Order: sequence, then C-alpha cells, then structure tokens
Amino acid sequence: MADSKPFDHLELAQHKFDPNPVDPHPVDSHPVDRPKLEIRNITKVFGKGKQAIVAVDDVSVQLAPNEFSCIVGPSGCGKSTLLSIAAGLMQATAGDILVDGEVVPGPGADRGMVFQNYTLFAWLSVADNVAFGLKLRGLPRAKIRDRVAYYLDIVGLSGWAKAYPKALSGGMKQRVAIARALANQPEVLLMDEPFGALDAQTKEQLQAFFHDLWEKTQITVFMITHDVEEAIFLSQRVHIMDKTGKLRETVNIGLPAHRELDMKLTPEFLDYKRHIVYALRFCQTK
Amino acid sequence: MSPSQKRYLKPSVFWSIRQGFPSWLRPVLTLTALAVPLAIWSLLSYGGFISETFLPTPTAVLSAGLSMQEKGTLVTDILVSSGRVMVGFGLASLIGIPMGIAMGTFYSMDSLFGGFVGTVRYMPVAAFTPLMIVWVGIDELPKVLIVFLGIVLYNAIMVADAVKFIPNDTLNVAYTLGATRRDLLFRVILPASLPSIVDTLRVNVAGAWNFLVISELLAAESGLGYRIVRSQRTLQTDKVLFCILVIGCIGLLTDLAFRLLARWLLPWAESTQH
Repeated sequence: MADSKPFDHLELAQHKFDPNPVDPHPVDSHPVDRPKLEIRNITKVFGKGKQAIVAVDDVSVQLAPNEFSCIVGPSGCGKSTLLSIAAGLMQATAGDILVDGEVVPGPGADRGMVFQNYTLFAWLSVADNVAFGLKLRGLPRAKIRDRVAYYLDIVGLSGWAKAYPKALSGGMKQRVAIARALANQPEVLLMDEPFGALDAQTKEQLQAFFHDLWEKTQITVFMITHDVEEAIFLSQRVHIMDKTGKLRETVNIGLPAHRELDMKLTPEFLDYKRHIVYALRFCQTK
Repeated sequence: MSPSQKRYLKPSVFWSIRQGFPSWLRPVLTLTALAVPLAIWSLLSYGGFISETFLPTPTAVLSAGLSMQEKGTLVTDILVSSGRVMVGFGLASLIGIPMGIAMGTFYSMDSLFGGFVGTVRYMPVAAFTPLMIVWVGIDELPKVLIVFLGIVLYNAIMVADAVKFIPNDTLNVAYTLGATRRDLLFRVILPASLPSIVDTLRVNVAGAWNFLVISELLAAESGLGYRIVRSQRTLQTDKVLFCILVIGCIGLLTDLAFRLLARWLLPWAESTQH
C-alpha cells in the first residue's frame, strides 16, 4: 500500500475531470449583446525578460446588465489582479476594460469595489462612510441623508449610523462596506473575496443577505471567491481561472433565479459543485 | 513523557509580555523609578560623599530656584525660552508637515525632496550656529532658526512615513467611490495620517528644547539656556540643575497636553494599549 495515493480508497480518482467535454463550451461562448462590463483580451505581465510572470493571460469576460458572475481559481492564479485591472486600480499590459461599450482608462465611481478587509474609513462614522461617495459628488444634503438611511436600512444597520468603525464586528463592517459601495450606485459592483475574512455562520448569513440585496437592486456584480459553494449559490455564471492566468471554462448555473440557502444541499447544486471542484483540481495540477 | 520533557512557558509577573499585568504594579513601578534616583541623589549630596559644587542637594537646587524667582528672572526666562521653542517648533511643523505629506503622497515629491532630506538630516545643527551669527545676526531670529532647522526635517520624514503606511486598499477604495487625486489628499490621506502626525509632533517637541539650549549659547540676554550657561561659568551648579529640571517639567506638561489633544481630537483612533 506504500504507493497508493491518499484518496484512492474513496474512489474519487475514478471521476477524472474531462478537459474536452462532449459539448465543449469555448471560453465565454455566450457573447452578450450589450455588455455592462467587458473585460477584453486583458493580459498582465509582471517583471521583465527571464523573470517575467504572466499573471493574467488574454482573458475576456462579458457581463450582461444585472448579471451576477463569480470567478474561482487556485490561489495566486491572477483573479485579484484581474479584478484590480477591471476596477482601474492597476494598468494592464494589454487589453481594455469597457463599461457600457466605452473604454475606461482609470478607476471611477462607475465600478464600485468591496475588498476583503473592509477598508472602512476609521475617522468617519458609519453614516459618513456610506455617504462618502455621495459627498464627493456634491449631492444636496437632504438627498444624501435619505440615501444613506435607505442603504443602512437595507443592510440592517440603521441603529449604528453614528457609531465609529472600531465599535463594529467583522460582519457589520463588511455590511457597511457593501452599503457604502451600493449607495454610490455604481454601474458594476466588483467584489474581492468579500466574505473571506468571516466565520462560517456570518458568511452564510451574508451570502443569503447579499443574494436578496442583488435581487432587489438588480446591480451587475463580478465577484472573486475561493468558496465554490458561494460562487454557485450567488451567481448565474461561474468562470474558472487556472494557474497560468487563463480563463479555462465558464459554467452556466441553471438553478432557479431565486436562491435559498437550503439549495446548497440539493443534487443539482452538488452536480455543479462536483463539476467545478474537479475542474479546479485539474487546474491545480497544471 | 517524563516531566523533564514537558516544556511550557514559566509564569512571570514582572517580565510578562502581552499576558496581562496587575494594574497596581504600574504606578508602583513608576513611582519607584522616580523615587530611587531621588534617594540616591539625596544620599550622595546630604551624606557629603560628593562636594556641594559638583552635586548640590535637592534643597539647594530648590532654593536656587526660589532666589531666581525673587530676582524676577525665572518667569521671564521661562517665557522667553518657551516662546522661542514655540515659534521655532511651530515653523518646523508648518513647513515640515506639508513637506512630509507631499513626500509620502507623491512618488515625484519623494524623489525630489528625499535626497535632500536624507542627507541634510545628518548635518549637525550645532555646527551651523557660528554660521548663523554671520548670516543672520544675534537677536531672536538665529535662535528660532536653530530650533527650526533641528526639527523640520525630522517632522517631514516621520510624517512622510506615516502617509506611506496608509494601506493601499484604503486609498483604492476611495478611487472606486469616485475620488479625484485632490479628494484623496484632503479627504483620505490627511485624516488617515492625523494620529501619526500628532504623535510625531509630541515626540519631536522634546528635541526642540535641546536645540533651544544650543541656540541660547549664542549671545542671548535671557532664557533658561542662557541662565544655564551663565551659571555654569560661575560654577553655580544648583541653578544649572534647577533650570534643567524646569525644562524637564515643561516637557512633561507638553507631552501630557499632546496626549490629551490626541484623545480629544481623534476619538476614533485605535489605541495601542493591549
């Protein structure tokens, strides 16, 4: 038994991932008519010459308006780099980012972003944090007040408007960060593992909460996550990236539009999970 | 496993690192640290082990102070010196803080000023004092300038470091909320670095008194540093010690004032108490 691999006895090895499935879907084979967000042939190379590392290799993704898409992949495969480029926070080596058909050369309020470590402004109260983008735009004070109240209500933190971030728990801080991004009413919401730093219970609560929020606001979302279940639960399409920085596959999630947490235990859900987990395992070995 | 093989951290109260400390022990140790040197000083001076001129007794120092007060010079000296420190330090902050913020914020400013700040910082200000007399004269201006020169670059460097420590994501998030570079500077960088700026000022004010005494070595007519130098020449060590102690007390009060200012101005800042 010295040569047997650790999981052999579970017969998992028999379910090998098939990189050439019978009905092959070329990457992003469902071109969207007028995409809200288009990531077009983005390549990012770090370093020069022999030490050059290709973090993102000619990736193209289109997001339809109101679509929720997730991108999953092994650690260090370039997902965060791709998202930073989409947000305009990093320059791509090649390729363009387009919002509503127009090339956007830098960051802006049209692409809001939620980070993994909250990044709330410590010197502002919760309400002032949520109002930050609105104040930058110079909206009238009454309008700001109403919008802040509305979004604080949506995330369930109306009572904490005057508190400072240091008084909040991790889950609450993330909800404020989400309210702050949404209150600015961006065209697209980009999220970089927003629930990664939270414990399992809070994570599930926030997943369900965020799904309801997305249904209500109909905002276009592009999200990175390590959690395959989370990706399937929240999105309509899941993109799989591999370690070489290429987009491997796009999986259409054919679950009903409205999701409940219990769906995670249904056979259909598990089929998707199985497919994606094996795809990731295959990517891991590359 | 035999007992000798089990290894664990031996408990310790006095040497505790981040494992809690009895609250009564803190003031006890602080008072001990003040009382023991005082006791040694008293023993050596009252006991006659060291002569009066080299180490005056605590009472001699206090009575020297009293006599200066009676002569009417003490309050003037304190006010004059404090004024010079305030003006010099104020200028050093007015120029050093914006310079530091610029250096910390913009790659371009850092490249432009970094070299200059990095080298001139090492030039001893005391060496400039004779040049000061030649360039600027002997009244108030050279004294204020010496305090200014001594502190300004340290303010700039420490503030620049504070700005560089702001996490990338804090700035990035502002970009994604629609901030322009101007918005970023005034609405994010400034407030985010404010606690460090106040702390920088608190720390650097101590150095200001040091440069003040150096500056009063020049032809000064009044001031605590002047008093120290004059008393040294006549071996009135009791007056020297008293003036030094006065400066120390002013320093402690200033430190306290800065801490209170920080707590009042910046209630949102994370404290560093564990």
